[in-house]
Amino acid sequence: MISRNWAALAVAAAICIPFQAQAHRTWMLPSATVLSGEDPWVTVDAAVSNDLFYFEHVPLRIDGLSITAPDGSAAKAENASTGKYRTTFDLHLTQPGTYKLAMPGKMVVGTYELNGERKRWRGPAEAAAKEIPADAKNVVLTEMHRRLETFVTAGKPTTDALKITGQGLELEPITHPNDLFEGEPAKFRLLLDGKPAAGTEVEVVPGGVRYRSKPDDTKVTSDQDGVITVTWPTPGMYWISAEVEDDKTTVKGAAKRMAVYTATLEVLPQ
Amino acid sequence: MRALLTLTLTGLAATPALAADMAVTIEIPRLQVAEYHRPYVGVWVEGPDQSVAANLAVLYDVKKADREGEKWLKDMRQWWRRVGRDLTLPADGISGPTKAPGEHRLEYTVGKDPLGELAPGEYTLVVEAAREVGGRELMRIPFTWPAKAPATLTAEGSEELGRIALDLTP
Repeated sequence: MISRNWAALAVAAAICIPFQAQAHRTWMLPSATVLSGEDPWVTVDAAVSNDLFYFEHVPLRIDGLSITAPDGSAAKAENASTGKYRTTFDLHLTQPGTYKLAMPGKMVVGTYELNGERKRWRGPAEAAAKEIPADAKNVVLTEMHRRLETFVTAGKPTTDALKITGQGLELEPITHPNDLFEGEPAKFRLLLDGKPAAGTEVEVVPGGVRYRSKPDDTKVTSDQDGVITVTWPTPGMYWISAEVEDDKTTVKGAAKRMAVYTATLEVLPQ
Repeated sequence: MRALLTLTLTGLAATPALAADMAVTIEIPRLQVAEYHRPYVGVWVEGPDQSVAANLAVLYDVKKADREGEKWLKDMRQWWRRVGRDLTLPADGISGPTKAPGEHRLEYTVGKDPLGELAPGEYTLVVEAAREVGGRELMRIPFTWPAKAPATLTAEGSEELGRIALDLTP
């Protein structure tokens, strides 16, 4: 339970406090994203960490994990286990094509004062009204949407599993997310509630920082159609993340909404 | 690290070709490594936009039980992307077993599978090798089709492949 709470807190912190967002990154890391052969499996690590993609902080809870199979049906994670630093699960790719692994989430985070003491609160939207005392003062609530994704393909890439939901911040592939190669520009459209999120900054962070001296992070900004173009400098696993803030909240008492999208993408050598 | 088997195999490679309009000679180097596996090799012809003009060969572990060998085809990254993932394996006339170190000559005839007809133009022969517990190497030889005179174009590999030769017959 302790580790679960820590993971949840870390996720909340990573989302709501900008300076911490740079320290704690949430991710899923598949063992492979492009597979061939008759009966492929992948294993996935899920964690919150400072450096990508090392297990050094807390595991990520995968309660909200949803896996979409190539035909659009739901696939199941197998052999899930949460350890000290990471959660792992396996995925049996029983169909040819592309699977989308997503962790969507919606919650409320906030602060309030009670008897002169400042308190933090986080939880599901409906619990806010019940758990925050009626006599609390200066209640500031923020609605949080997050979506964490990664993609895995057996055989030829397909797009049926990549359909967007129209809720929160999402990435619509123009270039297939499992067809990324070094030096080739990849295009994706960033959508907020299904509409182009123009002018949004997207962080692009290569993994493996332990073995180089510079973080090598870059940023790209979406154009008026919400499109970002990323040219991958080197092969490897990449973490990309964007967040937007607006006042389109659906939660009573929340003044603003934040929506975060994060994905792990693999870039292969030429 | 590498000792080439050119001496012993010269005889083989020099065998006169029977009406071959295109022949690809691939040298697989002998590597002094702790754990040696024969490389998986993909051979194809690309058009100027990297589209596949002819899918010539894929050498992999075709005999492994339960088609287990196909699991590693993706390690030939570009081959998998350009050719493999669209292919049903094993593919007739294209799939073959892995080869031992040495020179291997593959011959193709215009109008016949798997070369078929190539429209006149600029092309690139691509040979990609990937080895279990080893590396990966991709080599390209640009050529103009059809050749005006008999020609042999070559490229020299440095890791997983040795000398690659493309013989063109008008």
